[in-house]
Amino acid sequence: MTKEITLRKLRGHKHAHLVVITFSLLFVAIIWTALSTQMQTAKAAVSTETSVQFGKSLFAEGCSSCHGLQGEGTTDGPSLIGVGAAAVDFQVSSGRMPMATQGIQAMRKDPVYSEEEIAALAAYVATFGPGPAIPTDEQIDYTGADIGLGGELFRVNCAQCHNFAGQGGALTEGKYAPNIDLATPRQIYEAMITGPQNMPVFSEESLTPDEKRAIIAYIMALREVPNAGGLDLGRYGPVTEGLFAWTFGLGILIALAIWIGIKAK
Amino acid sequence: MSVKQSRKARALNWADDRFGGAGILRTAMNKVFPDHWSFMLGEIALYSFVILLISGTYLSFFFVPSMTEIVYNGSYVPLKGVKMTEAYASTLDISFDVRGGLLMRQIHHWAALFFLIAMTVHMLRIFFTGAFRRPREVNWVIGSLLLILGIVEGFAGYGLPDDLLSGTGLRITEGIMLAIPVVGSWVSSLVFGGEFPGTEFIPRLYIVHVLLIPGIMLALIAVHVLLVAFHKHTQFPGPGRTEKNVVGYPLMPVYMAKAGGFFFIVFGVTVFMAAIATINPVWMFGPYVPNAVGAGSQPDWYMGFLDGSTRIMPAIEFTLINYTLSLNLLIPTLVLPGIMFTLLIFYPWIEAWATGDKREHHLLDRPRNAPTRTALGVMALTFYGILWISGGNDIIAVAFGLSINAITWTLRFGLFILPAIAFVITKRICLALQRRDRDKLLHGRETGQILRLPHGEFIEIHAPISEKEKAKILSKVDIEPLALPPATDRDGVAVPQSFRKRLQAKVSHFYFGDNVPKPSAAEIEAAEHHLQEIAENVEAPSH
Repeated sequence: MTKEITLRKLRGHKHAHLVVITFSLLFVAIIWTALSTQMQTAKAAVSTETSVQFGKSLFAEGCSSCHGLQGEGTTDGPSLIGVGAAAVDFQVSSGRMPMATQGIQAMRKDPVYSEEEIAALAAYVATFGPGPAIPTDEQIDYTGADIGLGGELFRVNCAQCHNFAGQGGALTEGKYAPNIDLATPRQIYEAMITGPQNMPVFSEESLTPDEKRAIIAYIMALREVPNAGGLDLGRYGPVTEGLFAWTFGLGILIALAIWIGIKAK
Repeated sequence: MSVKQSRKARALNWADDRFGGAGILRTAMNKVFPDHWSFMLGEIALYSFVILLISGTYLSFFFVPSMTEIVYNGSYVPLKGVKMTEAYASTLDISFDVRGGLLMRQIHHWAALFFLIAMTVHMLRIFFTGAFRRPREVNWVIGSLLLILGIVEGFAGYGLPDDLLSGTGLRITEGIMLAIPVVGSWVSSLVFGGEFPGTEFIPRLYIVHVLLIPGIMLALIAVHVLLVAFHKHTQFPGPGRTEKNVVGYPLMPVYMAKAGGFFFIVFGVTVFMAAIATINPVWMFGPYVPNAVGAGSQPDWYMGFLDGSTRIMPAIEFTLINYTLSLNLLIPTLVLPGIMFTLLIFYPWIEAWATGDKREHHLLDRPRNAPTRTALGVMALTFYGILWISGGNDIIAVAFGLSINAITWTLRFGLFILPAIAFVITKRICLALQRRDRDKLLHGRETGQILRLPHGEFIEIHAPISEKEKAKILSKVDIEPLALPPATDRDGVAVPQSFRKRLQAKVSHFYFGDNVPKPSAAEIEAAEHHLQEIAENVEAPSH
């Protein structure tokens, strides 16, 4: 005699809740995917229109709560009048803006906005007042730049905060100069002309465009040259070397000294 | 075979007839060394020194100790066309163009770190086991001098390549010289041959590094090792070990084989480190120019405590009748290490005076049995450790996302508070371990076996401890604190109290006042009897 399977019976099954949860999650996931693709296509469509208009809407949505509706600044964020497109491109393309939380300093993270959105935001913010424009591809083309000169300039102007290998360093009160390993040539150039966060602005008088390109060439060369001598130990200098010698080196030596003692018995 | 042997014997006889020494050699070969892994720490230092001599000699074939400026044109692309001194350029050449040069440089530098680590840890072993007591006080002093010389020697080597990091270190050294009251500027001019950096300093530093200090160290090491042989090695307490014997292996062949083998182990580990990890990447630092500096400029670890003391010292500087007094450098880099090393060198006499213990010691103390010394040692280590951490305050701030100001203030207070806490905790732990030892002697060890007696009571069975452990515990020497001199004489007349005697009695009480006395022979006998009874009782109910 076959048992009649009814919904009522199935509902009472001990694994019923698992099945229900799995299907609900799947359902939500499918709806979400469909909706978000729709949103993205919508955005892409708009970006082909006037980019300033698009930037204005993005700004109102994502930036104005801290920087004010006209970019005039509030107690939570500085005024953006006159910062220029370069500052927006640097901050947003490196993921520093929008900030994840209010803090001492904005951290580098994955960018929230797409390239078109960043361009639109930059174009919009540039209308607030004159400021440095996003450097063009020619401006940041460092091929043929003097790497040796770049190194000298890097050591005099950059290393005191960013460390000899660009690994970053501490500033006062929890502020810091970030690690620049991930910075693109454009971001490095923008950082020099806009002076983000605690960084000073390096004007055309203090570092000519050629010198800026030389610095970029040196930073890129440091990344390309393979690390001579083995593990780089973080490129922090003698602190990590000492730590490695005390833990790894002394650890091995003592273990072997004990081993010799045991062997003698 | 017999011909060969007699030929060997003839050669030895020939040598003995002309140079003598057979007697000395026999004594030396029959020397007995006790066995413990911690006795190998000094050997690591010795072998590291040998490795330093070998690798340093190789480097000296290629290093050019000159401050003449040239334009670099070697293999390291990012520095091509940069002006630099010959010292720095030759260091780059060693790293990139000399066969095996970089490996040798890294062997030399890792060996230098090991040398100082091994000396430090060896010194701690000597300190915590009381091996510095009579008759070994002078050897303690020699060891301390070796440590200080090792630090200076290491720092000289760090300064030689004339890269940005070593130049920054030398700039701070110049600052320290300038901070010496009244004569500072003259000292600096004398050392650097004029204004810093000048052109004279690297050649001078080179001779200090390759000849002067190594020469002195070699002589001191020879005396140090000879004194160990002369005094005979100390040993840990154990069965059959007394103040009058040494239990261990003869120098030939066992100890020679072990020591020789250990040399190759230390050499091997050093080469291994040098092969897998970059140390002092001078090419990344760039040449020294006085107007450049890198974030995270630190000295090697052994100078770290001085860097740290400077970093947490508040900025105090004032002018006194035309002379600037830079307390912000004077105190952390000259006064503080002066006090620290003076205490270090004279500690054997400080303790001997405080304890009134002038006897010879060849058996080592277990650290718990000298609780005050152990606690003082841990206190000093904590103090040193905080200075050390202070030296890396910026790296810590970046690595852990903390505020460097908060770290600095925490360490400023910590420097005075934490050592005191460490002292109390260590002393309490030592005394607790002493009580545990006493308990083990009187009640045996806990076996973990629970027994239920017929009337329902649960007891844990205790078993007597092994003879070896018993001998170890019984090696403890109870020292009574010195009594205060009597306040009045026989006739009740007040005696003029000697301040020194009273102080000594106070310090002695501080050292030994809360000692947990080891049980008397009678107590132990009673306890053993009692343990036996229990053992019998345990067997009885099981029938």
